Amino acid sequence: MSDSRIAEGERLLVICNSCRYCEGYCAVFPAMEQRLSFTPADVRYLANLCHNCAECYYACQFAPPHEFAVNVPKVFAEIRAESYKQYAWPAYVRVSGWLAVAIGFAVVLLLAGASDATGANFYGIIPHETMVAVFSAISAYIAIVYAAGVRRFWKESGERLPGVSAWMQAARDVLALKNLSSSGAGCTYPDEEHSQARRIFHHFTFYGFLLCLASTTVAAIYHFAGSVAPHPYLSAPVILGTLGGIGLLVGPVGLYALKRRRDPAIVDAKQDGTDVSFLVLLFLTSLTGLLLLALRESPAMGTLLRVHLGVVLGLFLTLPYGKFVHGIYRSAALLRSAYEMARSKH
Amino acid sequence: MVIGGGNAALCAALTAREAGRSVTVLECAPFEYRGGNSRHTRNMRCMHTAPTDVLTDAYPEDEYYADLLRVTGGLTTEHLARLVIRESPNANQWMKNQGARFQPSLGGTLHLGRTNAFFLGGGKALMNAYYQAAKKRGISVLYNAEVTDVDIRDGRFHSGQMLLEGKPAEFRAKALVVASGGFESNLEWLEEAWGEAARNFIIRGTPYNKGKLLRLLLDNGAESVADPKQCHAVAIDGRAPKFDGGIVTRLDCVPLGIVVNKFGERFYDEGEDLWPKRYAIWGRLVAQQPDQIAYSIIDSKAMGRFMPSVFPPITANTIGELASALGLPAATVENTVQAYNATVRPGSFDHQTLDDCRTEGLTPPKSHWAQAIDKPPYYGYPLRPGITFTYLGVRVNEKAEVRINGNSSPNIFAAGEIMAGNIVGKGYLAGLGMTIGSVFGRIAGKEAARAAH
Repeated sequence: MSDSRIAEGERLLVICNSCRYCEGYCAVFPAMEQRLSFTPADVRYLANLCHNCAECYYACQFAPPHEFAVNVPKVFAEIRAESYKQYAWPAYVRVSGWLAVAIGFAVVLLLAGASDATGANFYGIIPHETMVAVFSAISAYIAIVYAAGVRRFWKESGERLPGVSAWMQAARDVLALKNLSSSGAGCTYPDEEHSQARRIFHHFTFYGFLLCLASTTVAAIYHFAGSVAPHPYLSAPVILGTLGGIGLLVGPVGLYALKRRRDPAIVDAKQDGTDVSFLVLLFLTSLTGLLLLALRESPAMGTLLRVHLGVVLGLFLTLPYGKFVHGIYRSAALLRSAYEMARSKH
Repeated sequence: MVIGGGNAALCAALTAREAGRSVTVLECAPFEYRGGNSRHTRNMRCMHTAPTDVLTDAYPEDEYYADLLRVTGGLTTEHLARLVIRESPNANQWMKNQGARFQPSLGGTLHLGRTNAFFLGGGKALMNAYYQAAKKRGISVLYNAEVTDVDIRDGRFHSGQMLLEGKPAEFRAKALVVASGGFESNLEWLEEAWGEAARNFIIRGTPYNKGKLLRLLLDNGAESVADPKQCHAVAIDGRAPKFDGGIVTRLDCVPLGIVVNKFGERFYDEGEDLWPKRYAIWGRLVAQQPDQIAYSIIDSKAMGRFMPSVFPPITANTIGELASALGLPAATVENTVQAYNATVRPGSFDHQTLDDCRTEGLTPPKSHWAQAIDKPPYYGYPLRPGITFTYLGVRVNEKAEVRINGNSSPNIFAAGEIMAGNIVGKGYLAGLGMTIGSVFGRIAGKEAARAAH
């Protein structure tokens, strides 16, 4: 972890804590006010609590060019990126989107070989057991990496495990993206005008992703119950997957468009590559999946399945250390915040 | 034409635009520093007869006016003051209609929850909301527009000269609203009023309020109000930047310890009254001390009981070492602390009320929150006078018309700091400046729209 960024975060927090004008904006400032001084762990926690909406930046009388040069969203973004590396278990591995997809295709081609099948006979290309084995292995690895990372985050906080009400509060904050709503006005993204656009597109993306996971889970249950893919167009897995797929088309495109227009003053440009590759992989996952669905009876099925599985595998390979981790540590930070705030009220 | 870019100016501009006039705002600051001292504000004092979404209980007109009379010692203009008070809830509602957002009082400021409506995100957020509204409604805003001269004949404004982005330009308008602030950032003018002492003053807000328009209006026969030495001044951290340090440089630890001058001696009752009622006299108190400096000394019992300041305290394990670290005569400071500690009477400490912890037989006394300074480590902060805004202004009537050579001007109106001295001739009530700016800004906008018809 770069000490200079942590020191800069601490410098800003000391200024913010003696001002407090922003305390009505989001969870960061009330959490800050619980403290008189800030350890590196506090700084990382508050940085991960920040949703990068930039409302505080536009409201700040000390923002650049003022000599105090307060730019919380940008500095916190830099600290977050470094904290991801620090929390990463067993060690941070940068996997570029290109490399991940290349590996994904290689693995799929290796497994599928020259297998040929028609009429939506997916498992004629790659056997069901093989698919399950590959994705179970990588999913398990992802789950372990996340659990270990959150454990490091939590250990650093020195907190015990919170009770049910804090979990419920954190879940509400995560699922509603409360901290991007600014009491209904929306966040100041991509520029200083308030807008709900980012929150809405994030919802499309996040719930799209969840629906796709739900579709896969339901399909797995069906499979073990004896109902093997391809499922009818009006079956639960296909409907869930189609809705999720639409979310993953609309959401990433919207987020990318907003990102293109965002104020360069508030972002850590070094993270653009990771951010964009995640959006692209989500979009391609959905696009190839929906194409496969539409053309599953056609001769293109075999190729489309290979492409889709390659992209999905690529996406999964980026998950442990890519953009997705922001949601993991953000949720953990929201849980800690809910826990702290409930305690401070007693 | 509106000169100025703060709360009063934008209230005037938006109101005149509502009335259908074509409006131009001349802001002398660049875009990043627009908004004058409003950029640093956080609330406005509002009359209300019942609890609102952000204000508790009630704050009736007579109580508001009584508060104002007390702090000003009668240096006010009753009909204008009551106008401001009565119009404050309307102004507040109108501001919400322009997109301003409010919130309950900030953490650490609960005592203001009844009287003051806080801007969500502070004054710069409020100004951003105004400027967005102005943009949507076709108000033209010129930044880096510094007015250098105005042509006023028989009390009527005809035209003016300015430097726009550094280049000379002329402007004309049927009516002029002057909302360009006081002269607090004009160091020469401050020195004229205060003498050499002014060199040690720190200006808490915008460096752009140089009083140019105030001077031009006075030179053109406008009647003045309030004494040039009168201003809102608080004791702030002596390490603050010369300009624009804002809220984060304030120190709230005065009532929790003792304050000594450069000779190591106390000079005023630190526990006279609740801090929110007293913080605004400490700027003047420090200004009257030799070299305009003082030092707040507390012990570790006080830490955590006041809002943190942006500068770390100077810390030592003995009073003597602390005094030396602060550059004070150690023996005198030790004596001062000893004499103080010896006269502290037992009591039950309560920072939120006028408690019974006081000194007995000490001169000057400490009437409340007096606790022995005996628990190391000890902490010290240097204090300097921090000027928020000056009160010398132009006299106006209830239509915000500027009084020029014995008559009310037909087309020159004033709002905000430049006329606040009509209402607050000395002392201060937290959040009053913004209320005056909003109420008179709206009046000036409305009357200017009528005059430009």
